[in-house]
Amino acid sequence: MSNDRAHADSTHEHPSWKQYKWVALWLTLITALEVWAYYMPAFVASPMYKPAILVMMVIKFAIVVMFYMHLKYDNKIFRVLFTGPLFIAACTLIAYVFLFAYRPVG
Amino acid sequence: MIVANAAAVASGAHEAHEHTHYTTTSLDNRKIAIWAFIGSECMLFASLISTYLVYKGRSVVGPFPHEAWTSPAGQLFKPILNIPVTSASTFVLLMSSLFMVLALAAVENKGKPGYEGLQGSSKFWLLATALAGATFLGFQAYEFTSFVHEGLTIRTNLFGTSFFTLTGFHGTHVAVGVLWLMTLLFIDIRRGLGPADAIIVDICALYWHFVDVVWIAIFTLVYLIK
Amino acid sequence: MALSAATPAHASATARGASQSPEPSGLWSWLTTVDHKKIGILYLYTALFYLLVGGLEAVLIRTQLARPNQSVVSAETYNQLFTMHGTTMVFLVIMPLSAAFFNYLIPLQIGARDVAFPRLNAFSYWVYALGGLFITLPIFFGVAPNGGWFGYAPLSGPTYGGGFNMDFWVLGLQILGISSLAAAFNFITTIINLRAPGMTLMRMPMFTWMSLVVQFLVILAFPVITAALFFLQFDRFFGTNFFVVQAGGDPLLWQHLFWVFGHPEVYILILPAFGLVSEVLPTNSRKPLFGYNVMAYSGIMIGFLGFGVWAHHMFAVGMGPVADSIFSMTTMLIGLPTGVKIFNWIATMYGGSLRFPTSMKFAIGLIAMFTIGGISGVMHSSPPSDLQQTDSYFVVAHIHYVLYGGAMMGIFAGIYHYFPKITGRLMNERIGTWHFWLNFVGLNLTFFPMHFSGMLGMPRRIYTYDAGQGWDLFNMISTSGTYLLLVAGLLFAFNFFWSRKHGTLAGNDPWGAPTLEWSIPSPPPEYNFAQIPEVTSRYPLWDLKAPGTMAGIEHSHADAASINSAHAVPMHEETERRTARELGIPMPFPTVKPFMVAVGILVTFSGLIVMHAGKFPLAMTMMLGGASFMVGSLYAWLTSPLE
Repeated sequence: MSNDRAHADSTHEHPSWKQYKWVALWLTLITALEVWAYYMPAFVASPMYKPAILVMMVIKFAIVVMFYMHLKYDNKIFRVLFTGPLFIAACTLIAYVFLFAYRPVG
Repeated sequence: MIVANAAAVASGAHEAHEHTHYTTTSLDNRKIAIWAFIGSECMLFASLISTYLVYKGRSVVGPFPHEAWTSPAGQLFKPILNIPVTSASTFVLLMSSLFMVLALAAVENKGKPGYEGLQGSSKFWLLATALAGATFLGFQAYEFTSFVHEGLTIRTNLFGTSFFTLTGFHGTHVAVGVLWLMTLLFIDIRRGLGPADAIIVDICALYWHFVDVVWIAIFTLVYLIK
Repeated sequence: MALSAATPAHASATARGASQSPEPSGLWSWLTTVDHKKIGILYLYTALFYLLVGGLEAVLIRTQLARPNQSVVSAETYNQLFTMHGTTMVFLVIMPLSAAFFNYLIPLQIGARDVAFPRLNAFSYWVYALGGLFITLPIFFGVAPNGGWFGYAPLSGPTYGGGFNMDFWVLGLQILGISSLAAAFNFITTIINLRAPGMTLMRMPMFTWMSLVVQFLVILAFPVITAALFFLQFDRFFGTNFFVVQAGGDPLLWQHLFWVFGHPEVYILILPAFGLVSEVLPTNSRKPLFGYNVMAYSGIMIGFLGFGVWAHHMFAVGMGPVADSIFSMTTMLIGLPTGVKIFNWIATMYGGSLRFPTSMKFAIGLIAMFTIGGISGVMHSSPPSDLQQTDSYFVVAHIHYVLYGGAMMGIFAGIYHYFPKITGRLMNERIGTWHFWLNFVGLNLTFFPMHFSGMLGMPRRIYTYDAGQGWDLFNMISTSGTYLLLVAGLLFAFNFFWSRKHGTLAGNDPWGAPTLEWSIPSPPPEYNFAQIPEVTSRYPLWDLKAPGTMAGIEHSHADAASINSAHAVPMHEETERRTARELGIPMPFPTVKPFMVAVGILVTFSGLIVMHAGKFPLAMTMMLGGASFMVGSLYAWLTSPLE
C-alpha cells in the first residue's frame, strides 16, 4: 500500500523539527552574509567577491537539496536522478560563459 | 507528478490502492517521476540563466542592473535592481521552504505526540507556505511594475529581455506551485490529509523546494554579481 | 501490475468493473485507450503515414534538383519542402517510430503489465498526433515552415522570417516537445520501477537499455530547445531582443542552444535503432549479444558525451581555436563507444548459427550503412576538414547515411522482427527481400553521389544550380535513387497491409528469441502476462528452451518456493485467451480525458497564431477557451481513478 511504500523509503532517519529550524537559520544567515558582502564596495571590487558569493550560493543550494528535499536520506536512485542532470546543466552553463567570452583578436 | 496524483487526490488514496502494485524499488512511481522532472528543469533554468549571463553587459542602451545610465536624450536612470527589496523577498521564499517542510512533517506525523495544535496542523503550514509564495509573487509584481515605470520593459534592451524572461519563468513556476498548494489545502480542509497522503504532499514539496533553490541561484547570479 | 490474482479487494474491483459501461469499440476504443500496445500501434501507423509525407517531400526536392536550372517548384516552395522534409522526418517519423517501439515493447520486455502512467502515455500520443497536424497542414495553405528544420535566427525571426511559416514551426515544436517529455518521464519511471522480479538493470534486454538512455537524453535536451523556442517566439510575438543584433543580441545564442539540443537529438534518433539491432542480431545468430556490459556502458557513454560535442555543428562560425579544438576532441572521442558497438555486433554474428530473414538483412544493413555514415562523421570532426564540408552536400550524405541507412534501417529491422508479435502474423519474406534490396540499392544510389557533389562544392539548401560545375551527373543519379526508394517504400506498404491479412500465423515465438515478450501470445492479451514472470537471466527463454546457448552467461535460479510453476518463466504457450476479468487482473479504465487535454493545448497554441494574424478577440477566445478546456479536462483526469 502507499503506506508500505512510504515506510519503505522512510526507514531512514528523518530530520527533526530542530534540524529543520537549524537549516532555516543557516539559510537566513548565509543570505544575510551575502547581502552584507554586496554592500562592502572594497570587498566587491576584490577578486575574492565572486568566488565567495558563488560558494555561498552553492552551500545554500546544497543544504536545501540535501535536507529539505531529503536527498541525503532518501534512496540512492534519487541522488542519481538529480545529480546527473545537475552536473550536465552546470557544465553546459559554464561552457556557455566561456564560449561567449571569446572575442576574436583584431 | 501532478498527473498521477489522480486517484489519490480525489478518492482519498483508498480506491486506487486497494491492491498491491509491484514495484522493483519499493518506491512510489510519482516520486521517481518528479525527481526526473526536477532534473529536466535543471536544464531549462540552466538555459535561461546562461542566456542572462551571456548577455550580461551587452545591452546597447540602458537602464542597466547595477550602474547608472544617462540616455542620449539626457534622462538619468539609476541602477535599476533593488537589492534590499529583493533580499526581503528572497528571505520570504526561503522561509516558505521551511513552512513546506513543516507541512509535510505535519501530514506524515498526524496524530503523533509532539504534533498537536498549530505545530502539527498541516492546514496551517500549507496555508503559510502558499501565503509566503504569494507574498514572493507580490514582491515580483511590485518589482516588475516599478521597473516598467522606470523605463525598463522586456523590449527595452537585452537586460530587460533576458531579465524579465528568466524571472518571469521562475515566477510562473512559483505561481503553479501556489496553485498546487492551494489545491492540497482544499483537499485537507475537505477530507483531511493523513500519512497515506504523505506522497502527494512530498511531491509538491520537492517541486516547491526546487523552485526555491532556483531562486537561490538567480538571486546570487543576477542581483549580487555585477 | 498486480502481482497475484484474487484478494477481497480484487473481488470488489472486478465487481465494480463488471458494472462499468461495456468495453469501448471501434474509433472510440482508439480515442480512449490507455493500453500501451494500442498506443504503440497508433504511433506506428501515424509515423508511417508521415514517412510517406516526408518521402514525397524528398521526391519533390530531388525532382527539382535532378537537372540544373529547373523550375519544377519555386524557390519559396523549395524552402518549405526541405524545411518540412527535415522537420517531418526527425520529429514526426523517426522519433514517433521509436516511440512506437518504446510503447509496445518496453513493458513486454521488462515483464510489466503497462507503463507507470498509462493515461499520460495516451496523452503523449494525442499531443503528437495533433501537433503533427498543426505543423503539417500549413503546407496546404502555402505557409509551411520555410526556415530550415534548425530554424537559425535571425532568418527565423520577425524581420527576415515574417509571415506565419515559422510561427507554425516554433509553436509546433513546442507542442511536440510536450509529447516527448511526458513520454520520457513515463518510460524512465517504468524502466526503473516496473521491472519484473529478478530483472536487474544488467539483465534488461538491450533495446530497453538503449531506450532508458534515450529518455534521459530527451529530458535533458528538450528543455534547452524549449528555452530557445520561447526566445524565438518572444522575439517574433513580443518584440524582445534575444536575436536582435542591433540591440546586442547574438545569433550564435540560437545556434548554441539549438545544437545543445540538436546533438543529443541525433543520438535520440539512432539509439533506439541500435537497440532493435541488438535484439534482431542475437536472435538470428542463435548467440547471446557479444559484450553486453560494454554495449550498455557505451550507450551510457554516448548519452553523456553527447552533451559535450554540440559545437561541432558550428565549426565555421568563428568560435576560436580553443573551442574548436575542444569540441573536435570530444567529437572524436564519441566515435569510440559508437564504434565499439559495431564491433560487438560483428562479434555477435561471428561463430553464430546465422539465419537471414528480412529483419536480419536490415540489421546487417544498418551496420554497413551506419559505418559509412560514421566515417564521414569522423571526417567532420576535424575543423579544418569540416570547413570545406560544412553546409555542402557532403554533410547531406553523412546525415542520410546515419539517419536513413542507420535509424530507418534499424526501425525496418524492428518492424519485420516484431510485426508477428504485434499482429500475430509474419510479414512476407519474398516481398521483404525485394524491399530490402531495392531500399539498399536506392539509398546508396541516392546518397553516395552526394559525397562527391559535396566535395565539389555543391551547397546545401539551394533550389537549383548552374550546369557545368561537375554536379550534374551526381544529382541525376541521386534523383533516380530517390525514385527507387519510393518504389521500395510502396512495396513495404504493400507487404505491411497484405501480411496483416494473409501472413503466416506466427505463434508466440516464431524466431526462437530469448526475451520475455516472446513468451506470451501474439498478439498479446491486454494484460500482457497472466502471471508476472520471475526472471533468472538476461535471456529467460533461452534459459528454458535452449540452455546450450547460455554457456558463460550468468543466471540464477530462484529457490523452489518462489517458483510457482515448473519453469523459471511461465510459458504462456496457451492460445486460448482468458480475459483480465477471468484472471482477476484489474485493468486501467479507458478514458478520453488525455485526448481532451491534448485538444485544449492545440486550441491554445492555435490561438497564438490567430493573435499573430491580428485578430485579437478571436485569439483571446481561443487561448482562454483552450486553456480552460485543458485545465478542466486535466482536473477531471486527475480526480478520476486509474483503475
